[in-house]
Amino acid sequence: MAAPMIAIDGLRVRFGAREVVHGVSFSVARGASFGMVGESGSGKSTILRAFAGLAPDWSGAMALDGQALGRRRARDFFRRCQMVFQDPYGSLHPRQTIDRQLAEPLQIQAMDGIDARIRRALEEVGLPASARFRYPHQLSGGQRQRVAIARALITGPEVLLLDEPTSALDVSVQAEVLNLLADLQAARGLTYLMVTHNLAVVAHLCPWIGVMQGGEMVEQLSAADLRAGRVAHPHTAELRALSTELEEAG
Amino acid sequence: MSDLSTPLSGNAAGLRAWLLSETPDSRRQAAWGRSYRGWLNFRRNPLGMAGLIIVLALLVLSLAAPLLTWQSPDVQHLAQRLAPPSAAHWLGTDELGRDLYTRLLFGGRITLGMVVAVVVLVAPLGLVVGAVSGYLGGMTDRIMMRVTDIFLSIPQLILALAFVAALKPGISSAVIAIALTSWPPIARLARADALTVRANDYIAAVKLAGASPARIIFRHILPLCLPSVIVRITLDMSGIILTAAGLGFLGMGAQPPMPEWGTMIASTRGYILEQWWVPTIPGLAILIASLAFNLLGDGLRDVLDPKQS
Repeated sequence: MAAPMIAIDGLRVRFGAREVVHGVSFSVARGASFGMVGESGSGKSTILRAFAGLAPDWSGAMALDGQALGRRRARDFFRRCQMVFQDPYGSLHPRQTIDRQLAEPLQIQAMDGIDARIRRALEEVGLPASARFRYPHQLSGGQRQRVAIARALITGPEVLLLDEPTSALDVSVQAEVLNLLADLQAARGLTYLMVTHNLAVVAHLCPWIGVMQGGEMVEQLSAADLRAGRVAHPHTAELRALSTELEEAG
Repeated sequence: MSDLSTPLSGNAAGLRAWLLSETPDSRRQAAWGRSYRGWLNFRRNPLGMAGLIIVLALLVLSLAAPLLTWQSPDVQHLAQRLAPPSAAHWLGTDELGRDLYTRLLFGGRITLGMVVAVVVLVAPLGLVVGAVSGYLGGMTDRIMMRVTDIFLSIPQLILALAFVAALKPGISSAVIAIALTSWPPIARLARADALTVRANDYIAAVKLAGASPARIIFRHILPLCLPSVIVRITLDMSGIILTAAGLGFLGMGAQPPMPEWGTMIASTRGYILEQWWVPTIPGLAILIASLAFNLLGDGLRDVLDPKQS
């Protein structure tokens, strides 16, 4: 059997004196989607940031496609693994045109055909060509998140880290972005590692789910089991009850 | 839309539409459009516009001084010393019979030239020190900020005086002395901006693109520190004018017979009661110049304030 695309073993992450992730282990096969759910502050986003190299104080083992990750990420890592952030209002540079922000990763990775790649990337995420030379403040929230997805995909990565990619968007736009992510995964064979606090969202996109509580992964289960209510840990049951209640109330 | 795709395609209305297009066709058009919107914003501020017009007028008058005057600023007519304004001498003459109008325009070259020299030295230094310090943090930040604190803790005029006294009095020592004491506030300002900017996800996204720290600082952080630094420097320019004139007045800046505004006041201050216009005219020039830079700075702050967009 081939090495899993993402392998995390006994990961601990510290911010200063405080440890926020206490030994989390899981793996994601190539082309699969793994979702992490949990309350705010349960350490799920921190795991993503640590894997991406944005949280330097960690211990344990992390590997991308069988290659162990060290303290510093090589440039090649960023070509294979990219991230989409939660807030599309904060993840795009306010003073740069969309064109320049999409060109930046291509220039850093010294890739050719920049113009054609940008046009293709915009088309792929369903943005009009007229959006190319606009500034972020001239776009809607949903359009901005599409730009963020285009930027993440423009160097052709195999792994996408999704940090609550829909939670800052309107409900109708949420569905659009989720469908876009599902289509892109089918077309490109991407591996997703997604974080959300919304059980409906994670069950929509990820067949396998990890439940986080207080910096630990208390349970891993399939989306089918979650839907059917076959849960082992009380916190999973709690989250599930809460989400069902909300859905009924809404 | 194709007829609007180039700014050269016709009249002013075409140019305006090209600039204000919601769907620009190139980075250049987007950048020009952005600047044009900023200009439209600035134009609505009458005080800021007044400041800009006065500053531009002072610059043009100083640069064109040889064309606008008909004698040397140093030629003396001792028979006509301390003459009141007249057709021959528009602003009168000083204690050696030199034409004040001529000396005022040539003096603008020296005073404004010193301001420009200080800004050229100070702005890049403060900006880079602040942005590097704010972005890198840790030990680099601590060392750079303590050095900045040392310069901040010394009163500007005292350090300038000590420095000029240690070297030889003159324009270039005055410029270096003023520059030495003017960069720390700019560095602190840029650092504060860099600290807020670096926590943003768009900087994390550039890191994830594999960008080096130098690339992040110079291409992504610095442009966001620039607006507040520009505003601050413009407001500081009036202070620089006053310090430059002050050093000239104390005999530590420009040396006589150079027609520097502060030196002009110093050499004629004894006549303030009888021939009041002689020291008053360069004084008014200093007042108008620093007021204009202040008005311009306030106007720029309204347009460039990053919290607005």
